[in-house]
Amino acid sequence: MSEEKKFRWVGTRPIRPDGIDKVTGRANYGADFALPDMLWGKVLRSPHAHARIQSIDLERAKALAGVHAVMTAEDLPDLFAEAAKSNGGHDGFNDLAHNVMARGRVLYHGHAIAAVAATSSAIASQALELIDVEYEPLPHVLDIASAIASDATLVHEDRVTQGVEGAGLSNVANRVQLGHGDPAEGFDLADEVIEREFTTRPVHQGYIEPHACLAQTTPDGRVTLWSSSQGHFMVRDYTAKLLDIDLSLVKVIPAEIGGGFGGKTTVYLEPLAVVLSRKSGRSVKMVMSREEVFRASGPTLGTRIKLKLGATSEGVFTAGEATLHYEGGAFGGSSVMAGCMTIFAPYAFPHVRSTGYDVMVNKPKGAAYRAPGAPMAAFALETVIDEMAERLEVDPVDLRLRNAAKEGTLASFGPRYRRVGCVETLEALRDHPHYSAPLGPHQGRGVAVGFWFNAGLQSSAGVNLNPDGTVTVLSGNPDIGGSRASLALMTAEEFGIEYERVEVVIADTQSIGYTDVTGGSRVTFATGMAVIEAAADVRRQLCERAAVVWEVDAERVVWEDGEARLKGESDQAPLTLAELAQNAGRTGGPISGRAALTARGVGMGFGAHICDVEVDPETGRVEVIRYTAVQDAGRAIHPSYVEGQMQGGAVQGIGWALNEEYVFDSDGKLENPGFLDYRIPVASDVPMIDTVIVEVPNPKHPYGVRGVGEVPIVAPIPAVVNAVYAATGVRFRDLPLSPPKVLAGLDGESAA
Amino acid sequence: MKRHITATIDGEAREFLCDEDQTLLDALRDVLLKTGTKEGCGTGDCGACSVTVDGRLVCACLVLAAEVEGARVETVEGIAQEGVLHPLQRRFLEQAALQCGVCTPGFLVAAKSLLEKNPDPSEKEVRFWLAGNLCRCTGYDKIIRSVLDAAADLRGESG
Repeated sequence: MSEEKKFRWVGTRPIRPDGIDKVTGRANYGADFALPDMLWGKVLRSPHAHARIQSIDLERAKALAGVHAVMTAEDLPDLFAEAAKSNGGHDGFNDLAHNVMARGRVLYHGHAIAAVAATSSAIASQALELIDVEYEPLPHVLDIASAIASDATLVHEDRVTQGVEGAGLSNVANRVQLGHGDPAEGFDLADEVIEREFTTRPVHQGYIEPHACLAQTTPDGRVTLWSSSQGHFMVRDYTAKLLDIDLSLVKVIPAEIGGGFGGKTTVYLEPLAVVLSRKSGRSVKMVMSREEVFRASGPTLGTRIKLKLGATSEGVFTAGEATLHYEGGAFGGSSVMAGCMTIFAPYAFPHVRSTGYDVMVNKPKGAAYRAPGAPMAAFALETVIDEMAERLEVDPVDLRLRNAAKEGTLASFGPRYRRVGCVETLEALRDHPHYSAPLGPHQGRGVAVGFWFNAGLQSSAGVNLNPDGTVTVLSGNPDIGGSRASLALMTAEEFGIEYERVEVVIADTQSIGYTDVTGGSRVTFATGMAVIEAAADVRRQLCERAAVVWEVDAERVVWEDGEARLKGESDQAPLTLAELAQNAGRTGGPISGRAALTARGVGMGFGAHICDVEVDPETGRVEVIRYTAVQDAGRAIHPSYVEGQMQGGAVQGIGWALNEEYVFDSDGKLENPGFLDYRIPVASDVPMIDTVIVEVPNPKHPYGVRGVGEVPIVAPIPAVVNAVYAATGVRFRDLPLSPPKVLAGLDGESAA
Repeated sequence: MKRHITATIDGEAREFLCDEDQTLLDALRDVLLKTGTKEGCGTGDCGACSVTVDGRLVCACLVLAAEVEGARVETVEGIAQEGVLHPLQRRFLEQAALQCGVCTPGFLVAAKSLLEKNPDPSEKEVRFWLAGNLCRCTGYDKIIRSVLDAAADLRGESG
């Protein structure tokens, strides 16, 4: 890198612009909107894992006083069946349409089959009980082994495996394969080869805010939606497409979002609320219960991974090979491709291959979950590396450093890495006092590396100067974890003005250009890039306006330290942003800038975590007693929110490793659809999460930003599992490491 | 048949009508339009709807609105007094103890209740007191630090 740039705002920790609203209760989330004519909508859901819908009788529900509309799939256009038919049964929008409302068959316990709108929530609930549905229960399939068996019950009767020549009907929606070299040759060169199999269970993103929306429609076909999501343009596009409405007629106003982690990158309620609103002529509000969130919104589902690793006695990896089966739920669409792409990503492999299978089962349609597909893959690779280090009698961090990806390394998923911080991250971990701190009895320490691509995608931004010299920034990304603050910091830096002079507005779909979802750790990187470009546009105009005032050529004006200055020797006093903004009407009109781009040059991210656990030999309970997360952020724009991502991801991963799992009974019914029985970590479960931010700037971003949100959930599972091994001598390969499972392992029942 | 309720809510005398089986949470949000108190689960497992009733910390989703007749109800909306933030609110902001912010109202109400009972809690006491409030974004670290620092502020031990 060239000489280090000096920043005034980037890297500081001011209070976020939306902070006051969020500590006083003023911020409006999805369920906080209301209209005077509003009805309450509710959804009837399948009590079966798999059944044919024989009949739905709505008459008694319609007759209930206070009920204004009732709907089923018959009220939705069936627009994508032909596209699916011509594509082996597969079409993303066909799946989405059939997921928001079942058509013909219900495919999981919780699948929507009808909805009502009534004058109160209580009447809507009562009406659901008056809908008479006759089901013919069908055999169901709940796990990977049964789903891929040759005589398996088919989740769909018309789907062939994509990616396989001449494939027949199957529960495998898709097969993917990638890699380079010849693994067989690589394993021949190895002195040690380890092959293991791993399984994980479905887990939910567990955002605290249930899905919610409010729909208003008019007789001329216009639709307004207030909705909590990770992308209001996504809500607009999906809702319009499912209902065959022009995009220009749909306006989506973003609510504050109460957590998403990937789970709010699709629609469930919005199309139903619009249909109910049209049928009733009233506004309709819909809010999922927590049980509905668990049963019917997208978790990430179960996986089975077989992984083989070869290394020389000097600790150089010669080959890696993995077969990944990921459940995608009732429609396929699992994150197995990303699993295949990330599983060997942190290291250099001369020979590597991953083969993935996307498996359909009678469970909810899976959705993205923070670094989709990567945590399970890292669980497999990083625990096998731990075992390899033990076998080779080398330090597990040294073994990783010997093989760590660096600039020029051919990544297992195709390209050569640009500048990445895998080595720097591992070195920072190794040098942290935590790594060499003493441990007590029944305690153990584990380490692991996590990788995520990060995303670019499309973003728009607007920057408007106000006459008083303040700046309003428009973004199209819901602020899920402090992005208003990072966008405001970069804006203040670009203009050289006070951070407090910048206000960031999350604009609705009619007030800003198209912007992709808040996902892929992309907002500070990509939307930040758009904001920086829009600010540059404004700076150029400010220089032109100063030139008008001074009656000189614009080329003679530069923007420095928050003011326009005349180049060279001059006695002209500089003009501040506030002065130029105030006089804008006399120098050419209001000043505003905009930018719209597809962000290129994403900076891939690496993290490395250290976990200490203590295992109670009497109960099998695992307690995390110390935890340190290290991560290359590229550049931390607001370090507190970078740390927050690292700490939150670590704890979410700890929950996945130790407690969280969907439990289905033999009928395919979800037995634990609530926070009491689906236990996410609480404050007393975890210690402080120490953080170390490494900064290896992304050369393709003006400030070096890489994106930080997803990397932190990739390493925790193997870090915890490796620590449990160190504490107990038992290698666990089936999540979660709940007390009964650990106790059985200690008793030798499930040990390797 | 609606019930007529009189209660002091965030310091203000209020009258409202509610259904006999309506929860305090629904009455606050849907009848009184005080949406600062959030619903995360409706079953008392997440603490997002934490409020105090006559000083006692409860989940508003587990209390019937009819039960607060004559009572004093405090929500997140009453924590800042005359536009001045409470030390807890200030610390939450300064230390980035919220990301999405939807659990924040419940944490603030629960933490305030703790500090009124125990002005000098240990980290462990804070963690166990707040174990009924779920946060999925922060990993709790910055929340716990903010509560400990706000406690010090309230004891006059920090600047």
